[in-house]
Amino acid sequence: MKKVLAILLSLVMVVLLSSCGSAPQSNVVNVYNWEDYIDESVLEQFEKETGIHVNYMNFTTNEDMMVQVRANPGAYDVIFPSEYCVEQLMAENLLAEINYDNVPNMKYTLENLLNPDYDPDNKHSVPYMWGTVGILYNTKMVDEPVDSWAILWDTKYMNNVFMLDSIRDTMGITLKYLGYSMNTREPVALEAAKDKLIEQKKSGVVKAYQVDETKDKMVQNEAALAVVWSGDAQYAIDLNPDLAYAIPKEGSNVWVDCMVIPSTAKNKENAEKFIDFLCRPDIAQKNCEEIWYSSPNTGAIELMGEEYTSNTTMNPPAESLANCEYFHSIQDFIAFYEALWGEVKNAK
Amino acid sequence: MYNVSLPWWAWVMMGVGLAVFVGFIILSVRRNHGVKRSLFASPYTLWMIIFTVVPCILVAYYAFTDANGAFTLDNFRHFWDSNHAKNELYATMGDEYAGYITRGTVNVDTLVYSLWMAFLCTVICLLLGYPAALFMADRNMKIGATIVVLFIIPMWMNFLLRTIAWMSLLEDNGLINSFLRLLGFEGVQLMYNSSAVLLGMVYNFLPFMVFPIYTSLSKLDPKLGEAAQDLGCNEWRTFTRVTAPLSLPGVISGITMVFMPSVTTFFIPRILGGGNTMMFGDLIESKFLTEGNWNVGSALSMIMMILILLSLGILRKADPEGEGGGIA
Repeated sequence: MKKVLAILLSLVMVVLLSSCGSAPQSNVVNVYNWEDYIDESVLEQFEKETGIHVNYMNFTTNEDMMVQVRANPGAYDVIFPSEYCVEQLMAENLLAEINYDNVPNMKYTLENLLNPDYDPDNKHSVPYMWGTVGILYNTKMVDEPVDSWAILWDTKYMNNVFMLDSIRDTMGITLKYLGYSMNTREPVALEAAKDKLIEQKKSGVVKAYQVDETKDKMVQNEAALAVVWSGDAQYAIDLNPDLAYAIPKEGSNVWVDCMVIPSTAKNKENAEKFIDFLCRPDIAQKNCEEIWYSSPNTGAIELMGEEYTSNTTMNPPAESLANCEYFHSIQDFIAFYEALWGEVKNAK
Repeated sequence: MYNVSLPWWAWVMMGVGLAVFVGFIILSVRRNHGVKRSLFASPYTLWMIIFTVVPCILVAYYAFTDANGAFTLDNFRHFWDSNHAKNELYATMGDEYAGYITRGTVNVDTLVYSLWMAFLCTVICLLLGYPAALFMADRNMKIGATIVVLFIIPMWMNFLLRTIAWMSLLEDNGLINSFLRLLGFEGVQLMYNSSAVLLGMVYNFLPFMVFPIYTSLSKLDPKLGEAAQDLGCNEWRTFTRVTAPLSLPGVISGITMVFMPSVTTFFIPRILGGGNTMMFGDLIESKFLTEGNWNVGSALSMIMMILILLSLGILRKADPEGEGGGIA
């Protein structure tokens, strides 16, 4: 309802402004973000404090967003791609370099997320939210400590494991389990991961391959173990205190959703102001508390205090992140992955 | 990644396709109804062109071209050998990788599995649907009209919602299993397998079988049955000699309307089957959305469309007048 109202209001505002002809084009910022990925009161606050009007638009997948950004140069000033898409957009020369003189709040960014290998020196991207992939398990059904991906292959948990129906993540954790990089293009490693996944499926451990359904089913005690994203894990743990989340010692994936400015942006300075605003600790705190993904903002983390810092799902200790990797774009290699994944899904 | 700027010959192909289609519609309507009436068909013709003909031509275009828009038959090789892209890479890597080159049967297996599931679904729907339609059409049964309403009411709800509702019934801790445990029985696993997928398909498509049969049965003149009985037929012979043959168009139409959506089913395998087995619809979806390979996705769609057209053609032979009121 709030959303509908907000949309209606912004429509009314657009109509009013355009009919008066008094909307100066220079004072807008066109923001293209994921659906449900911000505390919307933050947008109003930004407009009030700076007088810059926010045109707020949404997308639901990285791939949709990339198509739109390529097709409409100049339509967006700030976009929110995941890290492997930042890499892809950079390769296509679609991103502008950010002038950090205008983004002083960048200083609050967590050190381990700075200077990432997808964007050395953060020339083009500022982290917005981040998270991990790990194992969500039910402490009533799992007695042993969960610290290795091997537990997903343990036949003790017959028909009791939910895997992710997502090529990159599932192949990625299997590669990690076997001691390879998640970004390897080495055919022997990839074939080995495929065989391992087929072995797992044939052994009868896997109950289902799913994405969005997993979190609610874990809340209802439908399975002992599941591969999930940390955001989903936090959601499930809030609803069922028997659940716990762990990042295996072999390492996993760390993902980062970033804020970037397209090279074709018409309002680059406003875009930098907007990014700086979202990096302000009180604003970053609002957004983090609205969507409950991990915040990259040390200022916000300090404001949230004990409740956040003691939460190992949201705020994993440095040692469990030690072996983690970012994904790199494999768009030119995806047919190879797809062929392997098809064989896993086809195994009976 | 994909822009829709087509080469000149694709536009020519589309133009010719449209012209032939429009010409065909206008000619056939004029022949049957004269010039004035053909005008009434124009909104529908326009609709068909924009939403049926153009997409079909685009699918054909993508199926026969590669990512750069050059003509190729490679996409159909992908169907036969799901490892095609992988094998091509191995072929360039030298002898030590030769052992990895194998034909991938994923696409063909999935198609066979989908056809088999669609066949089972159609047979079950027919076995359940025909008696139901008989009851509904029987004028002596007061309850008939009630059954019609009971069949229609669930269709007011979106099929995704109905399928998700089945999930909460069948889950290990769902309603059915909770009830069984309450009575002191062991729980049983009802979900995450092919039977659950089949159940979901039958549930969703049963009305498409029942209603065409019901329509053709209720159009039957009851006097025909009475006449057969006057001439010495017992109830069973009246059914096999009179009622059943005359209801055949409805049956044909029902079979078509169940078989077609069954083959192309997706979402149900993911929700009720737990993603453990893919159907052809899921495969096409992943080609488009995950892999972003519109060319192979289109080739797979075309193969499925051709199979459906073939089965329609066969069914049309059985019901040349199209009396079932369906689309056959």
